[in-house]
Amino acid sequence: MAVSYDDVVRFIQRYAEVIAENKEYLTQLDSAIGDADHGINMHRGMQAALARLDGHAPGDIGALFKTVGMTLVSTVGGAGGPLYGTLFLQLGVPTAGKTELEPDDWAAALEAAVAGVIARGKAELEDKTMIDALVPGRDAFRAALEDGASFAEALRRSAEAAEGGMKATIPLVARKGRASYLGERSAGHQDPGATSSWLLLKTVADTWAGD
Amino acid sequence: MKKLINKPEDVVREELEGIEAAHPDLVKVHFDPNYIVRADAPVQGKVALVSGGGSGHEPMHGGLVGMGMLDAACPGEVFTSPTPDQMEAATKAVNGGAGVVHIVKNYTGDVMNFEMAADLCRAEGIEVESVLVDDDVAVQDSLYTAGRRGVGTTVLMEKIGGAAAEEGRSLKEVADVCREVNANGRSMGMALTSCTVPMAGKPTFELGADEMEIGIGIHGEPGRERMKIKPVAEIVEMMAAAVVDDLPFGQGDRVLAFVNGMGGTPLIELYVVYNELAKFLKGRGIEIARNLIGSYITSLEMAGCSITLLKLTDDLVRLWDAPVKTPGLRWGV
Repeated sequence: MAVSYDDVVRFIQRYAEVIAENKEYLTQLDSAIGDADHGINMHRGMQAALARLDGHAPGDIGALFKTVGMTLVSTVGGAGGPLYGTLFLQLGVPTAGKTELEPDDWAAALEAAVAGVIARGKAELEDKTMIDALVPGRDAFRAALEDGASFAEALRRSAEAAEGGMKATIPLVARKGRASYLGERSAGHQDPGATSSWLLLKTVADTWAGD
Repeated sequence: MKKLINKPEDVVREELEGIEAAHPDLVKVHFDPNYIVRADAPVQGKVALVSGGGSGHEPMHGGLVGMGMLDAACPGEVFTSPTPDQMEAATKAVNGGAGVVHIVKNYTGDVMNFEMAADLCRAEGIEVESVLVDDDVAVQDSLYTAGRRGVGTTVLMEKIGGAAAEEGRSLKEVADVCREVNANGRSMGMALTSCTVPMAGKPTFELGADEMEIGIGIHGEPGRERMKIKPVAEIVEMMAAAVVDDLPFGQGDRVLAFVNGMGGTPLIELYVVYNELAKFLKGRGIEIARNLIGSYITSLEMAGCSITLLKLTDDLVRLWDAPVKTPGLRWGV
């Protein structure tokens, strides 16, 4: 199984739908420990990214990721814009020029994307951020491949690990971002960034491994 | 939700159109990307000051653009940091060849977006000095947090830095005086109500009828601690003590005392707060040499206030007193 350019387009379209479906939920999570705009901001960014898909020169997967990344940087705002923008821009680096993705390509893309988010936001594990979902997701994908799992199975394990990481943010006291101003009051709430990151990896799995 | 708006998604654009219509003698508004510049930009040979942040804090920053203060302001969506393309375009529009200072409030989003913008500007040969504002004493443990937030001192820095630039100081001198303001300014805020972000449609948090939130920021987020409301004398004592003890300000110091409304608190109450603050500072032997009372760095319609104290020097007083001509602050002209 290889992932084609059209499969990547379908993933982006589906992620935009998923964000729209979860806009209220993400905003509600962000009200508890933030400023109530994560769902709204991500929705605006992904709708803008969707619009850029039309007329995007087909074939180069890396270029597509970069277009999405730049669109998110200039439309999402807040902390999510630079972080998700960097995530997609970096997905586009190891995949530049590729017309289809093999498992190793996705592993390299995840590696670059997570490294980019960490470099931009300087978060560490258990700071209660999107990293808490992305890092387990990245690691589980690589581990699954090393275990001899198929591309599809590795994607599913990646999504599951991200879900576990997201849920594990609930008891954490935030050490980064707006939630960190709340101190102990941030504990007991699931992190909105970890949630939108899980949704991203879940959508990847659903789109590429689902059917 | 009851607001004087049309559709929530159009609020920021319509506000910018309103500012453009109201103050053509002072500012010009650029759309896509959105920014507000002083009408006579670029001022050749002068260091330019650019700031920005989410909308919803008016008059900061867009209402503070003009002679003697900001050259440009970049408005994001409500409570959302603006994006690098806004700051890049604004910086280019105000670059007078003497460099540009970016005044950045210490919020994760603001810091990252301004960092990306500064990289873009420097790549195009514009000298940018970034100055961080992190004056909020409510965030106690900065090793395990995103650091202290930039709040009331931001307004003071924009005025003082703006005056320094207007009188012809160099990029380094303007940046240094801005950093001096940050180093000597401290703030604390409190809220009686939350606020409602138009796109969210409901308050960010609920406060009981007899509750207040201490140690708030400016984005409608909950603060550090919730408690039963007390008489304002006790509230001011609590906040002023936290601010004074943090720097610390001491006997014989001269300060600028800034009592700021969060947007939903009337001036009658701000003067009651100032009265208490003046008594408190007198008790500590601290002299109020200048003051600012009003709603300058707000959080939509949140009821509440913040107190900022800035330790003054003769130079800072001169820069504070210098003429300024913006929609939100105007004297000496």
